[in-house]
Amino acid sequence: MSGLLGRPLKVVNAGVELFAGELERQQAEVARVEWRPPADGAGEALERLATRAAETAAANDRAVVAMQAAEPRVVGIGRAGDLLPGLDERTLLHAGPPIDWDGMCGPLRGAIIGAAVHEGIAADPEEAARLAGRGGLRFGPCHERGAVGPMAGVVSASMPVWVVEDGASGNRAFCTLNEGLGKVLRYGAYDAEVLDRLAWMRDVLARVLTAALERLPEPLDLRALIAQALQMGDEGHNRNRAGTSLLLRALLPALLTVEEPTADVVAAAEFISGNDHFFLNLAMAAGKATADAAAGTAGSSIVTAMARNGTEFGVRLAGTGDRWFTGPAGVVDGLYLPGFGPEDANRDIGDSTITETIGIGGMAMAAAPAIVRFVGGSPEDAVAATLAMYDITWAESSSYQLPTLGFRGTPLGIDAREVVHSGVLPTVNTGIAHKDPGVGQVGAGLVEPPMEAFVAATRALADSPTA
Amino acid sequence: MTGSRVEVRRGTYHDSVTLMQVSRQAEELPGVEAAAAVAATPVNLELLARQGFAVDPAGLGPSDLVLCVRAADDAAAGQAMEQVEALLAGAGQGGTGGGAGGGPGVAPPRSLRAAARRDPGLNLAVLSVPGRHLGYEIAEALQAGLHVFCFSDGLDPATEAACKRVAAERGLLLMGPDCGTAIIDGVGLGFANAVRRGPVGVVGASGTGIQEVTCLLDAAGVGISHAVGVGGRDLSPEVGGIMTLRALELLAADDATERLVVISKPPDPGVARRVADAAAATGKPAVLAFPGLSDPPPLPPGVRFAGSLEAAAAWAVGSPAAEGAPEPHLPAPSPPEGDGSPAAETVVPVVHSPPAVTPGVIRGLFSGGTLCYEAMAVVAGVVGRVASNIPLRPEWRLADLHRSEGHTFVDFGDDAMTEGRAHPMIDPGLRNERFRREAADPATGVVLLDVVLGYGAHPDPAGELGPLIDRALAERPVGLSVVVSLCGAAGDPQGLDGQAAALREAGALVTRSSAQAARLALAAAGLGAPIAPGGSGGHAGGRR
Repeated sequence: MSGLLGRPLKVVNAGVELFAGELERQQAEVARVEWRPPADGAGEALERLATRAAETAAANDRAVVAMQAAEPRVVGIGRAGDLLPGLDERTLLHAGPPIDWDGMCGPLRGAIIGAAVHEGIAADPEEAARLAGRGGLRFGPCHERGAVGPMAGVVSASMPVWVVEDGASGNRAFCTLNEGLGKVLRYGAYDAEVLDRLAWMRDVLARVLTAALERLPEPLDLRALIAQALQMGDEGHNRNRAGTSLLLRALLPALLTVEEPTADVVAAAEFISGNDHFFLNLAMAAGKATADAAAGTAGSSIVTAMARNGTEFGVRLAGTGDRWFTGPAGVVDGLYLPGFGPEDANRDIGDSTITETIGIGGMAMAAAPAIVRFVGGSPEDAVAATLAMYDITWAESSSYQLPTLGFRGTPLGIDAREVVHSGVLPTVNTGIAHKDPGVGQVGAGLVEPPMEAFVAATRALADSPTA
Repeated sequence: MTGSRVEVRRGTYHDSVTLMQVSRQAEELPGVEAAAAVAATPVNLELLARQGFAVDPAGLGPSDLVLCVRAADDAAAGQAMEQVEALLAGAGQGGTGGGAGGGPGVAPPRSLRAAARRDPGLNLAVLSVPGRHLGYEIAEALQAGLHVFCFSDGLDPATEAACKRVAAERGLLLMGPDCGTAIIDGVGLGFANAVRRGPVGVVGASGTGIQEVTCLLDAAGVGISHAVGVGGRDLSPEVGGIMTLRALELLAADDATERLVVISKPPDPGVARRVADAAAATGKPAVLAFPGLSDPPPLPPGVRFAGSLEAAAAWAVGSPAAEGAPEPHLPAPSPPEGDGSPAAETVVPVVHSPPAVTPGVIRGLFSGGTLCYEAMAVVAGVVGRVASNIPLRPEWRLADLHRSEGHTFVDFGDDAMTEGRAHPMIDPGLRNERFRREAADPATGVVLLDVVLGYGAHPDPAGELGPLIDRALAERPVGLSVVVSLCGAAGDPQGLDGQAAALREAGALVTRSSAQAARLALAAAGLGAPIAPGGSGGHAGGRR
């Protein structure tokens, strides 16, 4: 007996609770939606988008299929100035949406200063600051050059970058090499120790790794590495211990046979071994190559970039091309290193949210019980955080799986409409930079993206012509 | 020296039923003289003004919340406001969270899509969200493969038509927008009565129309298979009856359905023809009940027309399809007077004449639109002009909703009256207030009210209305009659008999049908009603 609708009646109630209660009184099965009006300013855009829901669904299917198909692989290491379009000696790239010197936060200014000195554009930090202040440097977002950068994300022409290629689409994405924790350029530090390290990375580390990569029988498959790391307690953003170990394991035979000075090889191996986050920049480049596979899908409401410059948080959608939609970068709610507190924190910064954009990082907290204190303390909280993300994503990853959720695929393809409709924001976890240039990392934790960025993006999508 | 507090909270959402409940609880707090928590709609702000709360409407809209309290003194008002805030904070936590697929600590789903993903067994969404957000909810429900029962109103007809086309393509029912009632597989959705199951399939573009017909059938011992609501505009030219046609297909294929009743306020003539043909195509005998329609569509064989709900119900009880089957047990004896609808009066326990005549105008105050329409048509057939906010003729429209003009019928369930507040079947506040005014008006001879029971409705409408009726009649013992059309089924949670008894005890004349209540009202007003039943109501009016 299947009833009028072909199946036994099973109701979901959205709105007045009375109606749900009355159904239960009749012994009907009722689920409830905790309905709230959409985010401020989004209601009218959602109503317009409702009239083309089927088209949006088809576009989102295409966007997500492209992300699922992406096969990010490491094809080498190169000089940023040779690979990134328009990156000349006077141009410095940064994380997040576009911003000028006046708008930049402390850590970003510090990183700009450090990079200018590193490139020899300025003789010292004072000159670098003066030069920047009078318009003597050009700035642009990494994202607009196919690159991503952690924290301040500053990339200058001579820096070595990972070259990651999506085997399916041929897209290339780039990311600098990770400098380690503490006093580093990406947190706005620029003293001699920082600059010396950058020079060594450029002159030694890049050379040794390039030689090792050339000896690999085939390009490093980042999709496979990330998938394994997620099953080993990483989430790919704030925990990269497994990923880094897997990378080192993959490189080890090659490192042992490279024709480089032993001292250099040892130093490179020590550097990677000593930096749990070394893999982060590869995960980010993989994220960029993956997300870019969906970019430009007309009509799609899927998020293809989330990035912060320390002042603003920017969002891009597959269906709205290269436009950025921004809101103020949030204050990170997190755990601080000894001696630091919230008063020291800079606002949210970095392109590392490209990991959340492809459904790992904070979106996959369930994978990383070791760092659950970022999300409230218990593994249950981490699982709950990830489960909530399925409500705002379009699909589940066919590559990345979560053992704690019965090997369910990670939540993939953030649907901006659902973010503004449900009020549920993507879960982002991130490092915390000191607000002053030159100090470095002071903690890590969770941050809320600004809803207005998603509202603006949704409105722009509603304004965009239908396919 | 009383003190009052008014607070405005911008962009704060609570559903209208929650707000009503909080307002009620707040009014019962010790020391509180008046309290309200309402959405800042024009109707609500006007009501607040009448309660003595001045709120500047500039810049306020339905997504803003207004909290008002008046108490013995300023300190008490401040305390009361805190309590109102506490009540509000505690409200809305009634739900037990989402369906399966969650786990400890997992937040309930915030969207239909999320709910449907968590529990793929879900197949019907019940929507009662503010009308300005309906389009997205409906699109999402259909995208998720859910049938939809949409209580809310607010889509323009073109969008409604587009949504219904999408639903039809996917083989889904979109009941609504503006769908008050459905009964699917014996489960009442929205406002619905606990009627017995049986052979009659109902399709209705009118919630109270469905309630009236199913209750009249129930009273006659006849049950229904399903009642599919389609929303008040389904038979408009823009929507073209998409869901009525789909519902007829479903009922045609449904083995439990032996005969069909289709209900709507007067439809577009072209659409009515299409519906008549579709009803014929089911191969099951059918009646089209379009109260207020003067020219029935051409009727193919097997399809009949009824100008009133009462006549349609009577046909469905004594339908030719039922011939040969044992005669249903009919509660009322009186024979029809040959208006073409068999056994018209047989479904209605009849009160033939009022005990006394109280001359004056008739004021009809309704919570059900089609009940109002049906009664109005009967009255207009005798007295001519009846002013209303849902007028039978455009030129009979009330200039001011809140001011009666001669014979006046007001539908309190109409859009303009319900924005930002609960439906009058749940929250009788507006109608109660109007009742007091109309009953006290020396021009009023008869007040005609509907009382609708069933799931979704007020838990004790007679308890609410009885004292008001009692007091009103006490003040004008020889000048006023109160007639109630009681729409309910024996199984309703409020208890049909108890409700009827309480209303009678208060002095009201109680009938089970709206048309009959209208005839009784005419008689009570001394307006020489022909106590002829049925189709007479059908010839009164044009289309709004």
